[in-house]
Amino acid sequence: MDVPDGFRDREVVQALARRIDATARRIGAGPAGRTLTFMEVCGTHTMAMHRFGLHALLPDGVRLLSGPGCPVCVTPNRLVDTAIAYARLNDVTLMTFGDMLKVPGSTSSLSAEKSRGRDVRLVYSPTDAVEVARANPERRIVFFAIGFETTTPTCAAAVLAAREAALENFFVVSAGKLLPPALEALATGEVRIDGFVCPGHVSVVTGFGIYRDVVEKHHIPCVITGFEPVDMLKAVLMLTEQVAAGEARIENEYNRVVRPEGNPIAQQVMAEVFVPVDSEWRGIGMIPASGLAVREVFSAHDALRQLPVEVEPPREHKGCICGAVLRGARTPLECTLFATACTPAYPVGACMVSSEGTCAAYYKYGKDRPHVAPRNVAP
Amino acid sequence: MSRHEMSRHKITGDGTIQLGHGSGGVLTRELIRDVFLARFDNPALAPLMDSALVKIGGSEVAFTTDAYVVKPLEFPGGDIGTLAVCGTINDLAVMGAQPVALSCAVIMQEGLEIELVERITQSMQRAAAGAGVPIVTGDTKVVERASCDGLFITTAGLGVFDGPDRPRGTLRDGDAVIVSGALGDHGTAVLVAREGLKIASSVESDCAALNGLVEALRPFFSGIRIMRDPTRGGLATTLNEFVEGAAGVGIVLREGDVPLSDGVAAICELLGLDPLYIANEGKLVLVCDAAVAGKVVAAMRAHPLGARACAVGTVTPTYPGRVCLETTVGGLRVVDMLVADQLPRIC
Repeated sequence: MDVPDGFRDREVVQALARRIDATARRIGAGPAGRTLTFMEVCGTHTMAMHRFGLHALLPDGVRLLSGPGCPVCVTPNRLVDTAIAYARLNDVTLMTFGDMLKVPGSTSSLSAEKSRGRDVRLVYSPTDAVEVARANPERRIVFFAIGFETTTPTCAAAVLAAREAALENFFVVSAGKLLPPALEALATGEVRIDGFVCPGHVSVVTGFGIYRDVVEKHHIPCVITGFEPVDMLKAVLMLTEQVAAGEARIENEYNRVVRPEGNPIAQQVMAEVFVPVDSEWRGIGMIPASGLAVREVFSAHDALRQLPVEVEPPREHKGCICGAVLRGARTPLECTLFATACTPAYPVGACMVSSEGTCAAYYKYGKDRPHVAPRNVAP
Repeated sequence: MSRHEMSRHKITGDGTIQLGHGSGGVLTRELIRDVFLARFDNPALAPLMDSALVKIGGSEVAFTTDAYVVKPLEFPGGDIGTLAVCGTINDLAVMGAQPVALSCAVIMQEGLEIELVERITQSMQRAAAGAGVPIVTGDTKVVERASCDGLFITTAGLGVFDGPDRPRGTLRDGDAVIVSGALGDHGTAVLVAREGLKIASSVESDCAALNGLVEALRPFFSGIRIMRDPTRGGLATTLNEFVEGAAGVGIVLREGDVPLSDGVAAICELLGLDPLYIANEGKLVLVCDAAVAGKVVAAMRAHPLGARACAVGTVTPTYPGRVCLETTVGGLRVVDMLVADQLPRIC
């Protein structure tokens, strides 16, 4: 695999930063003026911004906020507790993606259950869970399926594979989320957003259509972009230029990968297995038609229907402001727990757990921008 | 109960050992500090260096021990036996000591194929002979199936000092940070082998004994402040350990100068891993006076294990107590200590 060096060209990146600054200044955004607030709604974008130190290159008049783009972060306690309850059943193997293991539920985590001897395993692909089900007919395999439109098609494919193989011991806890309803919630939320940096991965599957309401109803520019430094800054420039021109359009910076119609096969697989339902997002609450449930026809593989389980009453962690962070209303630096009681080693909130979480990114890559904060001394 | 102890109980519910406690990062350090160092504390242990310096009669020796629990037992470029010998030799060598003898204790699970044990033992013999360090004592134990994951090895080593010079200086403004070659080969090779990732990979572990390479640097010991082999936690964690004890200085790494093999770079891109945190088993990282940096790099490059040696960073008072990275695109970010093992990204 080639690492795309051209998209990490120092001169190009610096030139883009200068153009963002000049465009922002032209419309009065700067140290003494207004601030343009763009939001990246994808956890991989959040990590890319921090990993390449790009916040340090943005001018004072332009800030990039992180939104609810991490599937681990937006999964509410109730569902984490449900997965934990399954893990506690003696004949169940609970499988999920890596970061999910560490998220604290109300009183435990999947990782803690694993250390107590429960059969909890991480997977790299949902189809791995199907293979485990096939190889272990005496166990019930419960796959905790989190993710957005990016990963949901592969979860759907796993359900289809399980049905094809007539596996009676493969179940999913569907915790999938859909991006468009969240964009709608953010567009009408408490933070004024001047533009969305839209996720390349999701858009590869969905195409452009999902951004139409945000652009047309709310007059907020949307730019779909990739994950390289040049992609990220080019998207910020394109958004700044749209604001400067008083426009709100869908633009595709990532046209080397994303097509207007998306990936119809992935869309079809997802729609075949899952149906949109009202869904709770951590910190945001219930959003209509924003989650995915297993369709009736596949109910044989729906853990929630087939394996009733007693779930402890959800308990939120006092002082944690993950919810406000996910809405872009607060930054991790405004949380009294950040880097003191809540660290990646001892996370209190989900945003500190996930490698794509905003708090984890702030902690890992410098806690602030562009100033590099002094080391936090452990208590 | 301290605040972090309370936090720990919040996560695990009962304060149990987690896999993260073995990652070599923050959790490992806290475990060592709060549980082990608190009870075993003595002047030789307190610095928590790769080897302890112990006085025997009138002379000082370096003494170290390490346990090896890698999975799978055999992987591209090496096996647990090679690791167990090279790792302990390296812990002595980076102190500036000449390794003279090793011990090995092998814990095996019933049902293990003797042929596999023979292959691993042969690897140990080959590595020890190659480095010129004999295994002079040992022990074997067999445990019930499922009591250990196949086979564990513990090795200990003794090293002596030839002359007064050894790296034990403090970091100073302007010092150079040098690595002996491309990073992340071992951790990446093991990850691909362990997880059975369907990635066509040519990455092999770099596990090697570094005592020969260190010997080549002996003429420059007076200018070398500190040496380490960046194993668990990778270069990032090792450099954080360097700056933790350094008064008023930090390190700025230059991303564009950090050598990576194409295979490691590609796998890290694919899985969303940071190569700075990936384990190495045959690499040296050191900080030296800028005045000798060129000669140190040249001496390394003249040795087969240092062919891709280069300077990757500078000690600076600008970010005290911190390791920072100047990214290839001109950005700046902090490189913190590893917290727990890295996991591939979800999307």
